[in-house]
Amino acid sequence: MLTKRIIACLDVTGGRVVKGVQFLNLRDAGDPAELAEIHSAAGADEIVLLDISASAERRATLLDTVRRAARRLFIPFTVGGGIRSLAEASAVFEAGADKVSINSAALFDPGLIGCIAERFGSQAVIVAIDAKRTSDGHYEAYIRGGRTATGRDACVWAKEAEARGAGEILLTSMDRDGTRVGFDCDLTRAVSDTVRIPVIASGGAGTAEHFISVFQEGHADAALAASILHYGVTELGCLKQNLSVAGIPVRWPC
Amino acid sequence: MTIAVVDYGAGNLTSVKKALNSLGQEVVVTCDPEQVSRADKLIVPGVGHFAATSALNGTGLREAIQRVIERERPFLGICLGMQWMFAASTEAPDLAGLGLFRGKCTHFPESVKSPHVGWNDLALVGESQLLRGIPAKAFVYFTHSYRVPVVEQTVATCEYGGLFSAVVEHERIFGVQFHPEKSGSAGKRLLENFCELPC
Repeated sequence: MLTKRIIACLDVTGGRVVKGVQFLNLRDAGDPAELAEIHSAAGADEIVLLDISASAERRATLLDTVRRAARRLFIPFTVGGGIRSLAEASAVFEAGADKVSINSAALFDPGLIGCIAERFGSQAVIVAIDAKRTSDGHYEAYIRGGRTATGRDACVWAKEAEARGAGEILLTSMDRDGTRVGFDCDLTRAVSDTVRIPVIASGGAGTAEHFISVFQEGHADAALAASILHYGVTELGCLKQNLSVAGIPVRWPC
Repeated sequence: MTIAVVDYGAGNLTSVKKALNSLGQEVVVTCDPEQVSRADKLIVPGVGHFAATSALNGTGLREAIQRVIERERPFLGICLGMQWMFAASTEAPDLAGLGLFRGKCTHFPESVKSPHVGWNDLALVGESQLLRGIPAKAFVYFTHSYRVPVVEQTVATCEYGGLFSAVVEHERIFGVQFHPEKSGSAGKRLLENFCELPC
């Protein structure tokens, strides 16, 4: 049976993994290549490496980081953060990534989705959507790390991204991000029921119950585990056992 | 011993090469028919639309691959490369596959989400050189919208919108629908088995 995926996410800047609360109080959490391998061994189904570097010189180390991490991984490996062109995506693939995640650049230039998909296949293109609930109960897509509203409805944009060749949607609830109160199941279900490609839920994970809800009620195909993993990688195995007991198919033991 | 990985522009071949290198295996990634036909072992990978296999026609690559098969060298097709080993695909009905296995590749039914992306388990259904040492119900990583039918040479099936062939094997010809280079320990073992086949 097709299993629900738990994807470990590493925020990286200047070649180091950092952790913080909503990008504040960033602290060094270790070497990305080492952590990726540790999460993989602990039961992560995929690894996402998100470059949150603000400056160009810090970004320059990204390809080296991708290369080092990819060398040790035998599971799917996604790289995102600041990829704006086919050339930048190609460089990341060349360094060993299996998929790229694009966000702001896809909204600025939706043709970029098809451009990368045509060369590397749809399975290699994840469109990341940062969504925030509006006062009338809809969800609006934001860009630039959640700083700029686009006026685009998240569901409509997800549908367009799918039509343009996206292979998966990485959907982050800005309202829940970093709160640990649980995923936004309404948002996840709304998008997941709109598209036929897999939806990865992100933002708000705090407990195993939150993952159970987002799979059962949110119809998510996968869920991102970011800050929850910073409290000990052994929890990944524990999380999967909890999901398994709740009747959710997971790759466990792996 | 040289393994040639055929580069016909269908996706990113870095991870296949990297995975084989990590097993200590030398690999040449090539689109040169000469080099392909001389290979001791051959891998045809590929992702994307069946139409991408048209790049193998009219370039000498199809004939070079056929020569490797005639010389009875081990040949492994991965994902689209496996689909191409069948007669045809409804994804690009005008293109002929290699026809090494009967039947054609069809889209998943409307009843399931498509593409089929993620980790699914295998059911082993026959003796296999390629799957030696891989546990029954091993999880492997899939990403595809079309699948090939279960045939006489199927050695592992997978269930998603019905049963399909996850692995086919006939003498020295092997096809896998999933991505062994992304499939953790089971995938690693499969690639090791392929590397260890006598040639």
